[in-house]
Amino acid sequence: MLEIDIARKSYPDRGGQPHLALEALRMRVRPGEFACVVGPSGCGKSTLLNLVGGLDADFQGRIALDGQPPAGGVGFMFQEPRLMPWLTVLDNVRLVLGDDPGGPERARQLLAAMELGDVLDAFPGRLSGGMQRRVALARAFVIEPRLLLMDEPFVSLDAPTADRLRTMLVEIWRERQTTVLFVTHDLREALALGDRVFFLSGAPARVVLELPVRLDRPRSPANPAVQALQQAVLERHPELLAGLANAADDAIEET
Amino acid sequence: MSAQPHQRASTQAPASESPPARRDALTRSASLLVFVLVWHVAALAVESSTLPPPLTVFERIVAETVSLALPQHLATTLSRVIISFGAAMLIGTAIGIAMGHWRRLDLFLDGWLVLGLNIPALVTIILCYVWFGLNDAAAIIAVAINKIPTVVVTVREGARAVDPRLMQVASAYRLSRWRTFTRVYLPQLQPYLMAAARSGLSLIWKIVLVVELLGRSNGIGFQLNVFFQFFDITGILAYTLVFAAIVLLVEALVLRPLERRVTRWRG
Repeated sequence: MLEIDIARKSYPDRGGQPHLALEALRMRVRPGEFACVVGPSGCGKSTLLNLVGGLDADFQGRIALDGQPPAGGVGFMFQEPRLMPWLTVLDNVRLVLGDDPGGPERARQLLAAMELGDVLDAFPGRLSGGMQRRVALARAFVIEPRLLLMDEPFVSLDAPTADRLRTMLVEIWRERQTTVLFVTHDLREALALGDRVFFLSGAPARVVLELPVRLDRPRSPANPAVQALQQAVLERHPELLAGLANAADDAIEET
Repeated sequence: MSAQPHQRASTQAPASESPPARRDALTRSASLLVFVLVWHVAALAVESSTLPPPLTVFERIVAETVSLALPQHLATTLSRVIISFGAAMLIGTAIGIAMGHWRRLDLFLDGWLVLGLNIPALVTIILCYVWFGLNDAAAIIAVAINKIPTVVVTVREGARAVDPRLMQVASAYRLSRWRTFTRVYLPQLQPYLMAAARSGLSLIWKIVLVVELLGRSNGIGFQLNVFFQFFDITGILAYTLVFAAIVLLVEALVLRPLERRVTRWRG
């Protein structure tokens, strides 16, 4: 069980004034559950992930994974692939492994499963954006994480590539039953991926709605059931989701 | 490889298979040959003991090598170069990283750095000999002190340019300090370290000669001073040529291959 109770999180803004990013934010994610977090741009979603991932320890509150602060075994996928350009594809994935004797073999298998078996010795600079993200995904899963944090990992990809990556992600996640916390500003992506969707308010962010999604998998964002659910959610909670409605409309126009 | 087909077609069959590297090597040797020729012609024209012809100098190199005088002085000088180079790189890198990271330390040390960059090498050498005595330790300290500030300035630039997003990856995956340093941090500093090493080597071997001239009783610098007192220009040129050749070899056999290896990923 992932428990997030953040009383207050603020950081100095550009003028040096404290900016209150998160306040009274509470979330519970069950083991093996795929949880999505949606909220308007700049509401503090990335800040939240950084706190959970231990990149930022300066906050008031408590974050626990199975009753303890998440110390290790947390995979992290950022908005950009963030691979080390001087390491080959295989070495990038092996970089995050500890002394685990089965690790190197697992790295090869994961990369092969993601259709990267032919580019193990290539450097990331030669790969397309979609391939780089697949490497980052392999890197996140190679440590067999108890918790996987994803910060809009498929943003700035073209729609078919993003779809393919989402399918891959869901396949690996179902095999391994990893707990996932997936942040996005795209409501349809959240509805397509998540077992549960948390809606955040604008800053200071807190959870304003928690929505279990019980649609059958696999589901793509273009799935009619997902679109219908999106419409229903937007109609039922127009004022809460004012910030999101725009983003979702943009997404519809794009496709 | 197929970028210049028209040029390759104009050469003979075996040459058309050779990579452009061979042509580059040919150009380099031609340049060396022209240099020796010009020197020879000038020596014949001047006809003075102050400009001996190349052949005389080469004969001297052979004689000094056979008598073992040159190898011994050369080894002494090279060991001084290696030790002071290593010390300067290590200390300069450590200080540069620290200054790039901690703003307060940077502010504190910045004045010292400007002073260090602008003190003439001769002054540090004299002071080191006066304070620490006429010994090898003083000589090496003097050379290192001359080089450290420029290493610090270069590495500090690199430390400031380190990508915090990649460092976040290291901390998100809880990489050990050592692994973070060697696999994530140092590779980002690598171009800066390489630049510092390049300029470092060329500066250091010049300063080492001055240090030897002023206060040591062996090494190339000491020998040059002896030759100067006897007005032995052939000796001076012989030692200089050998030493310059060694520096070129280090550049070609160590630094350039090393750089190619570590920048392979830039492709």
